[in-house]
Amino acid sequence: MNNRVYSITFGGIGGQGILKASEICSWAALFAGYHVKKSEVHGMSQRGGSVESHVRFGQRVYSPLVPVGGADVLLCFHPEELPRLQAFLKKEGADLSGYVEKATQAMADNPRGLNTCMVGVLSTRLPIQEEHWMKAIETVFKGKGVEENKKVFLDGRRLGQS
Amino acid sequence: MVKANTANQALLSGNEALAYGAYEAGLSVACAYPGTPSTEVLETLAQFPEVDAQWSVNEKVAFEVALGAAISGARSLFACKHVGLNVAMDPLMTASYTGILAGFVVVVADDPGMHSSQNEQDTRWVALYSKLPMLEPASPAEAKEFVQEAFKISERYDTPVLLRMTTRVSHTKENVVLKERQVPPRPAFERNIPKYVMVPGNAYQRHILVEKRLQQLQTLSEKSRFNRIEKGSGKIGFITSGVAYQYVKESFPDASYLKLGMTYPFCDDKIKAFAKTVKKVVVVEELDPFIEDHVKALGVKVAAKDRSFRIGELAPELIPALVAGEAKQEIKAVKRKPRLCPECPHWATFAALKKLDLYVAGDIGCYTLACLPPMSALHSCICMGAGVTLSEGWHKGAPGKKIVGVLGDSTFVHSGITGLVNAAYNKAKGVILILDNSTTAMTGGQQHPATGLTIRNEPTKKLILEDLCRACGVDHVDVVDPKNLEEFRTILEKRVNENALSVIISRHPCKLLRR
Repeated sequence: MNNRVYSITFGGIGGQGILKASEICSWAALFAGYHVKKSEVHGMSQRGGSVESHVRFGQRVYSPLVPVGGADVLLCFHPEELPRLQAFLKKEGADLSGYVEKATQAMADNPRGLNTCMVGVLSTRLPIQEEHWMKAIETVFKGKGVEENKKVFLDGRRLGQS
Repeated sequence: MVKANTANQALLSGNEALAYGAYEAGLSVACAYPGTPSTEVLETLAQFPEVDAQWSVNEKVAFEVALGAAISGARSLFACKHVGLNVAMDPLMTASYTGILAGFVVVVADDPGMHSSQNEQDTRWVALYSKLPMLEPASPAEAKEFVQEAFKISERYDTPVLLRMTTRVSHTKENVVLKERQVPPRPAFERNIPKYVMVPGNAYQRHILVEKRLQQLQTLSEKSRFNRIEKGSGKIGFITSGVAYQYVKESFPDASYLKLGMTYPFCDDKIKAFAKTVKKVVVVEELDPFIEDHVKALGVKVAAKDRSFRIGELAPELIPALVAGEAKQEIKAVKRKPRLCPECPHWATFAALKKLDLYVAGDIGCYTLACLPPMSALHSCICMGAGVTLSEGWHKGAPGKKIVGVLGDSTFVHSGITGLVNAAYNKAKGVILILDNSTTAMTGGQQHPATGLTIRNEPTKKLILEDLCRACGVDHVDVVDPKNLEEFRTILEKRVNENALSVIISRHPCKLLRR
C-alpha cells in the first residue's frame, strides 16, 4: 500500500463556511479509513480576515500544513484570496475556483449552502465514496439541516461531474 | 482501501484531544482564562459534567485554584497561552518547590508566527527556569497520550508537569481514539508544613529535593518512549520536536530521527548516542535555539538553522532551506487584515476618541484593531491590564497631553482593577474607558465575572463594574452607550477636560454574542 497523501487547500474570508467545508471533507476521509490531518487558524476570522484550512489524508500524514506547491485541489471561495492561495497548488493540481460562480448561481435561493455545494464539487476529485461523504454530513450538521445539506452536496457533485 | 474501525474514532483538535485525554485520566478540576490558541481546552472540558471547570479571573488565579485542588488530592489542570503563563509565573516558580499530592498538568500553548498574540516567546525556557519537566506533543493524538502520561509523571515525581502545545498542534485536527474514563483513588489531604509553607528554611530543603528530582527526571527522559529514535539512512540525523518533526519528516522521510517528546530535562546520553550513529546532526526546532544550545553544550557537532528562522513559524516548504543552513526567504503574500465587525460598538467609541485627538493607551482585545488605518486611534498594546497603568505613566511622562486608557470588560476584570486602585491611591487623574461589550469577544465570546454567567452558562453572582470602580476610589463613573454618539462624545469631552480620575463604561453588547 503506497502512502499517497491527498492535500486540499481551502480558503476565503470569515463567514464563508470554509471551516465547515474542510470539516466535512476531513470526516469523510476519516470514515473512508484514512489518517487525516486538518489545519486551520482561528482567532481573527470572525473579523473578516483571511481564513485558510488545509486537509490532508492518506495512510500516514505528517505535516498538518500543505506545502507550497503541494495541493492536489484548491478550493478558494473569495477572488481576493485566490492569487495568494494559488501558490499552494501543484502544477497538475485542480483549481476548483471556477466552480464557485456556477455554484453560486445554482445556490441562488440558498446562499448559505454554497460551501456544502462546493464540497460536492470537491468530492468528484477525491478517492472517497459517496456513503462516507453522507456520513460526514450527518456528523458535521448533527441533525440540523442534514437532509438539505445532503441534497445540496449532491447538486454540487453533479456540477463537478458535468 | 484502508479498512479501519472508525467506530470509536473522533476527529479532534489538539486542544480537544488533550481535554479528552485528561478527562479519561480522571481529571476533576480544570481552570483557565481564555487565550488563543489554548481556549478550546477548557471549553471542551466544561462539556464533561464530572469535571469541575471554570473560567478564572486571570491566569494567576486559575493556576492557584488548580494547584490548590492538586495539593488537596484532585487531579487538576491549568491551561493558558504563552503570555498567560507570564501572569501565572509567580505561583508556578514556587509550585515547583512544593510539588503536589494528586497530578497537576500545566498546559501552555505557544503561538509561533503570532496568529493572535503580542509576542512569540518560546515557553520551553520556562521548563529550564522553573526546573519542571516538559512534554511536547507533535500532534493531537500525541496530545491525548502525553497528557495521560503527564499525570503519572506528576504523581510519581511529585511535580507539576508542563505540557507545551503550539498553534499548529492545538488547532490541527486528527483521528483520535476515545476510551473510557478511569478515576484513580483520591489521596487523602493532610497538613504538611515543611512541604507547603515556603518560608526560607523549608524552601531550602525543598530546593534540595527539586535538584534531586531533576536528576531522576533526566533518568526518566533517557528511557522515555517519548524520546524516540527512528533509524534511517544514517547520512543525516535530525533532532527535533513538536510540529517541526512533522515538517522535516515530510521533506526527509529516509533520514534518521531523534524525536523529542519529553523536551526537558534532556536525554543527554540518548542524544550523544544518536549523534554517533549519523554522519551529520541537524537540529530543527521552531523559534529559539533551545535544543540546539543544549546539544552544542554536550559537545555534539550540530548544523543549526540560520538566525532568521528564529522568527516566525516554520512551514513544510521552508525546511529544505533551513536544513541547508540558508537564511529564511520571507514570503510577501498579502493576507486580508482582520478588522472590527461592521456593527461593532467599538467603532462608535473610537470615532469619538479620534475626533478629540486623544492619546489612547490600549490593551488586548478586539478593540486593539482600532490601531489599524484609517482609524489609527489606539496607540499602545503591551499586555492585559496595561490600558489603565500605561495611561497613568503617560500622564507622568507627557503632562498636558490629552490621554485616555482603554480596555475591555473581561480585560479589566483580568488585571485592570489593580491598576485602577493604584491610580486612585496615588492621586492620579485621567480617564479610563471600559469598553463593555459583555463578553470576552476576541477569543470567541467566553463568559467572565461581569457577565453573570459561568463557563457552562449557568447564572452566578454578577460583578457590577460601576460599583467596583466607585469602590476603587474613582471620582466619577459614567455608564454610556457609545451608539448614542452625541451623549457619549459630550461625556467623554467633559471628563477629559476635568482634573479628576474618571471611568467611563462604554456599554453595548458584542454583536457576536451567542444567545
